[in-house]
Amino acid sequence: MLKILKYSFYDLMRSRWNYVYFLFYLALGFVLLFLNNDLSKAVITLMNVIIVLVPLISTIFGVMYFYNSKEFTELLLAQPLKRSSIFLGQYLGVAGSLTMSLVLGLGIPFILYGLFRSDTIWNFSLLLITGAFLTLIFTALAFNISLSNENKIKGFGYAVLLWLFLAVIYDGLFLLSLIIFEEYPLDSFSLAATMFNPIDLSRTLILLKLDISALLGYTGAIFRQFFGTDKGLIVSILMLILWTVLPIGRLTYKAKRKDF
Amino acid sequence: MIQIENLHKKFGRNQVLFNLDLDIPGGGIFAVLGPNGSGKTTLIKCILGMVIPSSGEIEVKDNTIKNNWKYRQDINYLPQIANFPGNLKVKELIRMIKDLRQKESNEEELVKLFGLEPFLDKKLGTLSGGTKQKVNIVLTFMFDSPLIILDEPTTGLDPASLIKLKELILQEKNKGKTILITTHIMQFVEEMADEIVYLLEGNIFFKGSVEQLMTKTKQTDFEHAIAAISIQTADA
Repeated sequence: MLKILKYSFYDLMRSRWNYVYFLFYLALGFVLLFLNNDLSKAVITLMNVIIVLVPLISTIFGVMYFYNSKEFTELLLAQPLKRSSIFLGQYLGVAGSLTMSLVLGLGIPFILYGLFRSDTIWNFSLLLITGAFLTLIFTALAFNISLSNENKIKGFGYAVLLWLFLAVIYDGLFLLSLIIFEEYPLDSFSLAATMFNPIDLSRTLILLKLDISALLGYTGAIFRQFFGTDKGLIVSILMLILWTVLPIGRLTYKAKRKDF
Repeated sequence: MIQIENLHKKFGRNQVLFNLDLDIPGGGIFAVLGPNGSGKTTLIKCILGMVIPSSGEIEVKDNTIKNNWKYRQDINYLPQIANFPGNLKVKELIRMIKDLRQKESNEEELVKLFGLEPFLDKKLGTLSGGTKQKVNIVLTFMFDSPLIILDEPTTGLDPASLIKLKELILQEKNKGKTILITTHIMQFVEEMADEIVYLLEGNIFFKGSVEQLMTKTKQTDFEHAIAAISIQTADA
């Protein structure tokens, strides 16, 4: 698996898009710090960007890479290699290179600005960890979609729809249902609804850590009330891990049974 | 070398292989023939583990291939359509495959044989179809494995390269290897094959030597003999 990972990673490191992604974060980091002059405020702004953008880029990148490396995959399948290691290697190659662009792109400006001398370092690290989780989750979802769809256009369409649903529509439906059923107790419903969307989950996780009650919103408040800040953090991280493991599990299961 | 029992493969509703039994002993050149869509490539991909059989048992060198991947160490495979990652250079591709298989290889000799030296630093995406096929051949023959599977090896080759390929195949045969070939070029089969496996509608219709086929179909010409099979079955 490590060899496949190496070649996928090497292949991606030469791709232009990875640099664009890296430079984008680099620029974003510098601009935010220049405008804000405040590390913790920059972290909040970054959160809003990361939570929408990371899933989008991971989904599109994942689908694109999977379809573009079809030939490479077929070449590897005829070699004495385990199927699961071929797909896991490619997956980790994509997710790894995206995470690296994110961490380096944001890390460099923040470190230059004096991150290590400030107390926002934990908030910032949590932001990067959440970003890494979102990359892992959405790349895995993208790989799942493309493995199940031979048709490129269809796969692409489903992937974008998935992102749109989780990033935008889900919140809308959630709010709508809160309004419609406002006469009922909705605590456990909204708790569950947050768990079922990795984007909402990440947002709640970061806001819990930042401890800004004004931004927490209804779900965040319930989260804190139900679990308390520390337990809430642990529960949401566990849920994120589950969100990562399940799609990877399905990916290996499906990959073993597919005809090429 | 290869034992296949009761092999079935369905793609959705499309039954491609139906109750296929095949026993290929070690040594010699076996030609897998059959009309388009008769299941040749599916059969080969089943042996390679790229297509998962619906049911049935396949053994390569007395090892079942189900949930097994190590047996592919003993197989060299030439795919039908030479599709390679376009942004890799020929040299890098060869190095990568060598790295993945960790086996002795003689690629330099083969690169020289097919005159590929000027292309080593070119990207695979820029090569012509015939040149890609030559790279394909180098990748297939550079390792020393007891089983060689060639899916339409002659596609896109010029006559000079074709002669070199034939020599290469005969060389490997003389080393006692088992070689499985699918092709539509009957002249190639007549010249090279020790035994013919004729697939029809997902099953084996005929297995035997070229001479046996001619006596069976009462033809004197090989190409006509093959054509006669299709006509006979169309009548039946």
